[in-house]
Amino acid sequence: MRRIPLHLALLSWTLVTAFPLLWAVLSALKTDREILSSPWSLPQSPQWTNFGRAWTEADIGRYFLNSAVVVGSALALTMLLGSLAAYALARYPFPGNRFVYYLFVASMFFPTFLALVPLFFTVQQLGLLGTQLGLVLVYTAFATPFTIFFLHAFFRGLPTAIAEAAFLDGCSHAGVFFRVMLPMAKPGLVSVAIFNFLGLWNQYLLPLVLNPDPDDYVLAQGLAALSTSQGYRGDWSGLFAGLTIAMLPVLVAYVVFQRQIQAGATAGALR
Amino acid sequence: MAGTPARRVGRPSRARPGGPALGFLACALLPALVLHVVFVLSPYAQAFYLSLTDWNGVGGTARFVGLANFAQLAEDSLFLAGVRNNLVLLLTLPVATVAIGLFLATLLRFGGRSGRSGVRGARFYSIVFFFPQLLSVSIVAVLWGFAYNPNSGLINGALRAVGLDGLARSWLAEPGLALFAVLAVLIWSGVGFYLVLFSAAIDGIPREYYEAALLDGAGRWTAFWRITLPLLRENVQVAFVYLGMAALDGFALVQIMTVGPGGPDGATEVIGLSLYRTAFSYGKFGYAAAMGVALFFGTLVFAVLALRAGHRERVEVA
Repeated sequence: MRRIPLHLALLSWTLVTAFPLLWAVLSALKTDREILSSPWSLPQSPQWTNFGRAWTEADIGRYFLNSAVVVGSALALTMLLGSLAAYALARYPFPGNRFVYYLFVASMFFPTFLALVPLFFTVQQLGLLGTQLGLVLVYTAFATPFTIFFLHAFFRGLPTAIAEAAFLDGCSHAGVFFRVMLPMAKPGLVSVAIFNFLGLWNQYLLPLVLNPDPDDYVLAQGLAALSTSQGYRGDWSGLFAGLTIAMLPVLVAYVVFQRQIQAGATAGALR
Repeated sequence: MAGTPARRVGRPSRARPGGPALGFLACALLPALVLHVVFVLSPYAQAFYLSLTDWNGVGGTARFVGLANFAQLAEDSLFLAGVRNNLVLLLTLPVATVAIGLFLATLLRFGGRSGRSGVRGARFYSIVFFFPQLLSVSIVAVLWGFAYNPNSGLINGALRAVGLDGLARSWLAEPGLALFAVLAVLIWSGVGFYLVLFSAAIDGIPREYYEAALLDGAGRWTAFWRITLPLLRENVQVAFVYLGMAALDGFALVQIMTVGPGGPDGATEVIGLSLYRTAFSYGKFGYAAAMGVALFFGTLVFAVLALRAGHRERVEVA
């Protein structure tokens, strides 16, 4: 009985977080007239064609693909370069080690807006403005500091004995890293990869400035542009369908992934 | 390893079996370092010089004008409106987000007698609470732009449905409301992350602390104030720094959601929007860089204050 107020508080925040999303999904199944006249009603008969229209005519499909390519490449590159650099800095004492580490980490506390104008011209001078390669490199450069910061602590915490045994068995430096340390660091790699994925997928400012061609828009840009243009055209249902297409895969992947993370954590705790 | 030749010649590092490390180190560090210098460090450094020029991007000639840009900033009413709005967000966003996040995290851990184990359904709650964190900021902005729509939006629809028609507003078009409408969305999208962060930190507090407190007759709220909060101080401090940086941004929501954008009449203008418009609409790159430098020093001052405030508290606790 004493728990009722507690659950009321928790349920009300559940409603606050989940309801707007549910509302968007339901609106995607309505007609424009229903959306405008009764925002709270259920769809009379589900309008599945809204999704097809959003995917092809409103280019959501293309934006989605652009995002997947850019974020996927940047994430792979970030994890490779970030884990290598973190490992080198965590495990190899050399002159200037601390300096290089702080060179990376300090920039985490700089506002991106400070870099924005010179960054635009740097990317332009390299001939990378409006290219996917340019976005991938810039995303990677801006995501590596946190990756290094996070994995540096992780690699320091791993036991040295196994690595040293591998060295004695004749493993090279790269061999120890890829075959011994990287597998041991997997929980840390997964956490930081999820964090980076969310950060890069949600990126809006960098593509807005560095990726001006509408054909190359990533999803975040595409949706923002769509909300303006569909608003003028009055295609509200198409916009809600686009919003739903953009939202659902990430939410579904998260719910699925969440279970795996919890199972992994339980398994780790039982061992 | 003691007594190896490396130890005797006094090298700082232990000699590694596996061959010389120099080649590996170069391959491991250089790619990340080159990208970092080209795309992060050098733009940051250039911004300071550009802020002292009148560069407009045409012809590529930048004239050195000293602090003239900054003098102009002090009289730029739209920029000052942005500064004021960012300060409002800075004073409200971290406190509100941390308070809600901490409150919900505590509720989630209120289940067992120890005051630390989860309530029934804690996992479900924490999954749902994290949803907004997963959404791209432009999805959030478009979604809430709709929710605030005066005629067919979620908010006014809800108010009318329960008979509170008089409270229905044109949320993003009224100067007194628009900034708070944006603030509410910033809180909405931020709480989930800090809630999960605080929950994890609470899980890290030794169970015995709570058991001892319960044996001493302390209630749950006493346990919260005496045990949870002091032990979470560092997490709260980190949250304040990150949320402060978010409060000094706000660009994407304002740019997508608000009328103008930045309106009505500068009511939701933020520094980032001024900077973006000045650079990429008007081509006044030197002046825009000065805004970036001003924002940087604002961020720096805030971060130092937030970290020092935490330090002072530590002294008091000790």
